[in-house]
Amino acid sequence: MQPILEIQGLTKRYADGPIALDAVDLTINQGEIFALLGPNGAGKTTLIGAVCGLVRPSGGTIRAFGVDLAKDWRSARARIGLVPQEMATDMFTKVSDAVNYSRGLFGLKRDPARIEEILTSLTLWDKRDSQIRHLSGGMKRRVLIAKALAHDPQLLFLDEPTAGVDVELRRDMWRQIGAMRAKGTTIVLTTHYIEEAEEMADRVGVIDKGRLLLVEEKRALMARMGSIEAEFALAVPLREVPAALVDYPLVLSDDGASLTYRGHGGAVDARGEVARLTEALVRSNIAFTALDTRQSSLEDIFVDLVEQKA
Amino acid sequence: MSFNPRGAFAIFSFELMRAFRTFFQSIFAPVMTTSLYFIVFGAAIGSKMTQIGGVSYGAYIIPGLLLLTLLGETTSNASFGIYMPRFTGTIYELLSAPVGVAETLIGFVGAAAAKSLILAAIILVTASFFVDYHIAHPLLALLYIVLVAAAFALFGFALGVWADGFEKLGIVPMLILQPLTFLGGTFYSITMLPQPWRSIALANPIVYLVNGLRWTFTGQSDVNIWISFALTIAFLALCAGVIAWMFKTGWRLRS
Ligand SMILES: Nc1ncnc2c1ncn2[C@@H]1O[C@H](COP(=O)(O)OP(=O)(O)OP(=O)(O)O)[C@@H](O)[C@H]1O
Ligand SMILES: [Mg+2]
Repeated sequence: MQPILEIQGLTKRYADGPIALDAVDLTINQGEIFALLGPNGAGKTTLIGAVCGLVRPSGGTIRAFGVDLAKDWRSARARIGLVPQEMATDMFTKVSDAVNYSRGLFGLKRDPARIEEILTSLTLWDKRDSQIRHLSGGMKRRVLIAKALAHDPQLLFLDEPTAGVDVELRRDMWRQIGAMRAKGTTIVLTTHYIEEAEEMADRVGVIDKGRLLLVEEKRALMARMGSIEAEFALAVPLREVPAALVDYPLVLSDDGASLTYRGHGGAVDARGEVARLTEALVRSNIAFTALDTRQSSLEDIFVDLVEQKA
Repeated sequence: MSFNPRGAFAIFSFELMRAFRTFFQSIFAPVMTTSLYFIVFGAAIGSKMTQIGGVSYGAYIIPGLLLLTLLGETTSNASFGIYMPRFTGTIYELLSAPVGVAETLIGFVGAAAAKSLILAAIILVTASFFVDYHIAHPLLALLYIVLVAAAFALFGFALGVWADGFEKLGIVPMLILQPLTFLGGTFYSITMLPQPWRSIALANPIVYLVNGLRWTFTGQSDVNIWISFALTIAFLALCAGVIAWMFKTGWRLRS
């Protein structure tokens, strides 16, 4: 896998603020979707800003497409796109003018056919002659995306692309992002909807208080850190956990009517253990009337991580 | 890539488009005020005034009036051009684009200066309806207007980067430029002033601007016109230097 972005020791201390990025090392690979997760104020926007030229780093190096951003920023920036977190648009400009402007700003020739394609894919074509201020919030966000796509960036940053958009639009955007990836665009996104990262990302990074806590492939992370909870509703209440089962991580409810298994250390292992536990219960003649299992989501993993390190 | 001409052109045309969208404010309003000045000072009072150095009073005040409008309009146009994106947040796109100080200045300052040239042309046409005048050195006059427009567009740009509120944007043109221009011999020759006011007036840099332009129009000046040209170019260079520093350090542009 080819690295498209290499960040080393990136540090940012705002003049009047806390340390927003603390020696962050991160490599983004060509063609992947990378989701950056973290609570409010973790440093996600600052990280993106440092790469895109909005934030002056206090230390560290950033290389994009193999060139040092401090030196050859022009050619690197021409290939990077940004959809900012804050809604910032020129209210009195027509949609098509705004998107054409972005393309020119990034040094490309006018290309009405390409702009039509982008606007159509974001269902903005019908609105091309509307002033941006007349669009709804979700539509304005699409304009920001269209502007970021106008120069066909190879590396695209989406800072909370789906904040404040309805479920349908969000699904729609996920499809858009999927389509961009299919065309080879590398995408770095931040989100508070962990479901979003779970749905789309190849890898996730968790950041908190300016420190990158972990970077891992999503599937591996869920397998390694995920947990399973299995609750057995017992036919006859028990007074204590039977001796034959004490090796399992079990908790008996106060009334003795339900037995709960909590397996950590990876969903795959835990799933096997639940199967063995079920067999053991049957062998010990403990009857149960219902069995509920629940697999932890990326969200649980995320919350655990951030709380642990807090 | 070492220079991005399309980027510069995109900014330039976008800014000009913005001016035409606010056509009334950017073009019509200043023309209107200038006409009022000509009616009052040129046609009404001017007819009662004696000639100054062989030029009718109406013709004498044209360069000063032109500068009065030009300085204010160019400064506020250029300052708004960069202040608004900072204020609304749309500057993120400019900062993340492959454009540097050269493209940004050609775009913003070029557009502000171009608007001012259009404005100057309209004012001169308007003036011809009120007074008879002829321009002694038309090419030098054009050159001088271009220089002044460029210098004050740069000044306005720096002002727009510096300002952290709308008040500050308004204060400089209103409370500094306008009084200095009025006192800078727009409507009179500073040789008419008694001492010590005449010497004090010579400390006002706008005096040299007004007289520089007046010389290209009428061939007469209260000061050495070489000082006028040199001062204009020095001011232009100073503003360009300040802006280059702003971009290099990211001061008030990048957080
Ligand atoms: N311009 C600034 N000046 C001073 N401090 C800042 C500035 N921008 C951000 N910060 C601080 O830096 C820290 C990181 O902010 P950042 O915007 O990067 O967080 P984030 O992870 O994007 O949060 P959110 O999820 O809320 O968008 C916060 O403590 C914030 O208050
Ligand atoms: Mg943020």
